[in-house]
Amino acid sequence: MTGNSLWIVRNLWLIPALPMLAAGCSAFLKKSERTLSATLAIGSMSLSLLLALFAFLQMLIDPTRQVVSFAWLRFGDQWLSLGWLLDPLAAVMLVMVTFVGLLIFIYSLGYMAHDDNFTRFFCFLSLFAGAMLGVVIANSLLLLFMCWEVVGLTSYLLIGFWFHRPAAAAAAKKAFITTRVGDLGLLIGMVWLYAQSGTLIFYDNGRGCLEQSAVAGLAGHVTLFGMAVSTAIGLLIFCGAAGKSGQVPLHVWLPDAMEGPTPVSALIHAATMVAAGVYLVARVYPLMSAHALEVVAWVGAITALFAACIAVAQDDIKRILAYSTVSQLGYMMLGLGVGGVAVGVFHLITHAFFKALLFLGAGSIIHGCTEEQDIRNMGGLRRFMPVTFLTYAAGMLALCGFPLFAGFWSKDAILHAAHGWGVSRGPFYLGAIGALLTAFYMTRQVCYVFFGQRRAPAASVMPATVAAHAIPADQLEPVVSARLGEVCAIEDPHESPVVMTRPLQILAVFAVFLGFVGTPAWPWFQSFIAGQTAKFDFGGFSEPGLLSIMLVSSLIVFAGLAFGWWFYGRKPILHATDPDALERLQPGIFHALANRLYVDEFYGVTVIALMRFLAAFSAWLDRWIFGGAVNLISWLVKGFGWLDAGADKFVVNGGFDEGCREVARGGRLFSRLQNGRVQTYLSVLAAALVVLAVLLLWGRRG
Amino acid sequence: MNPLAGCLLVSALLFSVGIAGALTRRSAILVLAGIELMLNAANLNFIAFWRFGPHPEFLTGMIFVIFSIAVAAAEAAVGLALILAIYRFTRTSDVSEITEMKG
Amino acid sequence: MTLAFLILALLTVAGGVAAMTLRRLVHCALALTVAFAGLAALYLNLGAEFAGLAQLLVYVGAIAILIVFVVLLTRGGESDPEHVFSPAGLAGLVIALAVFAVLAWAVMTSAVAHGAQSTPAPQTSMLQIGLTLMQRYVLPLEVIALMLTAAMIGAVILALREKPTSPASPSPNPELRAR
Repeated sequence: MTGNSLWIVRNLWLIPALPMLAAGCSAFLKKSERTLSATLAIGSMSLSLLLALFAFLQMLIDPTRQVVSFAWLRFGDQWLSLGWLLDPLAAVMLVMVTFVGLLIFIYSLGYMAHDDNFTRFFCFLSLFAGAMLGVVIANSLLLLFMCWEVVGLTSYLLIGFWFHRPAAAAAAKKAFITTRVGDLGLLIGMVWLYAQSGTLIFYDNGRGCLEQSAVAGLAGHVTLFGMAVSTAIGLLIFCGAAGKSGQVPLHVWLPDAMEGPTPVSALIHAATMVAAGVYLVARVYPLMSAHALEVVAWVGAITALFAACIAVAQDDIKRILAYSTVSQLGYMMLGLGVGGVAVGVFHLITHAFFKALLFLGAGSIIHGCTEEQDIRNMGGLRRFMPVTFLTYAAGMLALCGFPLFAGFWSKDAILHAAHGWGVSRGPFYLGAIGALLTAFYMTRQVCYVFFGQRRAPAASVMPATVAAHAIPADQLEPVVSARLGEVCAIEDPHESPVVMTRPLQILAVFAVFLGFVGTPAWPWFQSFIAGQTAKFDFGGFSEPGLLSIMLVSSLIVFAGLAFGWWFYGRKPILHATDPDALERLQPGIFHALANRLYVDEFYGVTVIALMRFLAAFSAWLDRWIFGGAVNLISWLVKGFGWLDAGADKFVVNGGFDEGCREVARGGRLFSRLQNGRVQTYLSVLAAALVVLAVLLLWGRRG
Repeated sequence: MNPLAGCLLVSALLFSVGIAGALTRRSAILVLAGIELMLNAANLNFIAFWRFGPHPEFLTGMIFVIFSIAVAAAEAAVGLALILAIYRFTRTSDVSEITEMKG
Repeated sequence: MTLAFLILALLTVAGGVAAMTLRRLVHCALALTVAFAGLAALYLNLGAEFAGLAQLLVYVGAIAILIVFVVLLTRGGESDPEHVFSPAGLAGLVIALAVFAVLAWAVMTSAVAHGAQSTPAPQTSMLQIGLTLMQRYVLPLEVIALMLTAAMIGAVILALREKPTSPASPSPNPELRAR
């Protein structure tokens, strides 16, 4: 086991191990032991946070990459090795994941307080946290893949947490299967990489697959379509990242994943798991050739615009945020493609904070409105839930990229890099339009939810959970009660408890101020990732084109906010059933967008239909051909068995019985000699004597 | 025919008479009597060979006959006692009726 | 083959035949006695005085008497006088004839039949017999003594009438009769 003497590096494995251990212990707890389960989860996460901070400090002191690896599995004369590494990128991700994760764990204490399956929830959350941290520190693509799969598994478990609801169960399946499609590409890429370079360890004193010699070797080989092998492998790995991070063809699972509880949406589908794909691309960046990065950039740009368009016409508060997440993930990929690791990861970090904030805020809103999720049924909440409103507004501005908020700096860096991209200006324009739409739909959402007047839900669109209030509590189905917060009548919404608002406040602070670590004047973040130190220098603003881009993006944001206010904020929306302002303007386009541009339906007709056909065919094959063969063999065996039985019964037994009867008959025959009469015995004796004598005499004569 | 052959023939005759009686008569006592006759025939054989044989001074035949007579006496006693015992148990001394050992 | 020998032989054989063919058991026993006596005379004729006298003493004096006694003691168990010969009697007769034929054949075709006519009678004395018995044949003598003792005891035990020790005394089993 190669390692070094730094304590934190040797024990870096504790960071994912502690939450996993907590999950393992939680798995055995009963439903009633809630405090123990929550303590285990939050305690392990806090310890991991401390260790992550320690690691981060270590990287601040000395940003050289530290690696530990050990041999794990032997086959033939080769060894598969696993290991972990600590470098600035990993350190930053560790702190982000543990910190945001801890805040969300604390938030969940309040949000899931009335849920029956509290214990199971925290068990899964810990497992997820452990696996995600494993993905972050993995030095081996194999270890990363293993943790990646566990992350996928926990995502499935948590989306389908309320598995009694068919929609949630279906959404969990959809998430798993869609990401599986991407994971197939990742697996093929991984195997190819191993075959080509002989190792899956990233950094291994020059022998690793991301290091100079291996990458040069991969770039040298050419494969089909004239691609370099490194391009092909990079694209395959990007497939996996695209699945996990919801890039355009494989984005369909993310909005449906909102069926899970809101803390899950915040942690997994906003801040961390979906960022795992981005992190993966950042991690294998040395492998990505310019061609692969082109593909990444275009896919990211298209995703950004596509999702932003759909978000404009959604009515469910979480679905808007989900599509917003997809869009922002597109931005991250775009940033990786055009600007490099630091640009993409910076946006990842800032996005984690403000998206988590937005989701938690949405959770607070949902909780306060007694499980209402349709924004048309909300309104004027800023009077009832001020803390939520303020924090939500901070997050929204950060997301839009309002100047000086965190999102502004990170998104601006992406747009700047896209503008200066040598290959094409297309992604820049797509990103710019996307930014406009982002501002627009976020303003729409905020206006619908917080401004105007309170809109009571119309009787016909009352959600089932609210209508359930008319039914006595003991007749409620468990399905319904799982999602109920405090059972209260249809009354005014109320602010959430402190255990839920405190994390919101903390996150809001970060959403506002985090961007300052990556401004052009002081690009601390970018330098840190690259392993260099940064100096505070206003001269950074004087980079050509930078100021104009900043101006342009600010204008775009303002334009979007203005449009949003014009359509939705100027006149209060009076009734829940009022048509959307945009809908009145362009009903056709609006309906198309509201139906998510029919991507799901398209998949249903093509891929799903093909799958159904294959499944039916396989079933037929299995039943008639394979099953038939098995049945045939079983009939043959039965036939043989019947033959055997017959042979045994008639031939063997019969023969044996006959033999025995013959023996008995013979015995009976001979027993007649023994008639009990002495004289008979004597006669026989005498006769025998005579015969013997004759024989002797005859022999003597002859 | 020399005297030895004559004695031997007589002895053979006696022997076969004894066997005939032992095999044909029904009474157990007569079966025993037949056996005694057979023994006596054998004794006559021995005496004949002693008398006309090569070394009469060894007295082999004579001694043998003495012993044979002793044995015959013992056997007759025991056999007749057996017949008595069986007679007491089965009230018959007819050998053709005592078939307990049949089979 | 002297005349005396012929007469004695005839007597003996006749006695034997009579013993085996007469109907009444007592007659058979008496004929048997005649046969024994004839045999004793034959021994004497052949010069085996001791054997002859021993024959008389033992056979005639003891065994024949014993036979008569047992005949008298088993009076009631005789088969009826009409069926004195057993069912398989013919086969027995045939076998006996076969035995005689074989024996005669053996004698007549052997070397002894054509050997020397006669040899002088040996001179034996009691002393010689006694010495031979006590020196050369002492072991068989002792064994014979043991055997006679055993036979005596056995005969006594066999013929002892058991005293009835329990109410269910071993009475004769009538079922064992008619088969």
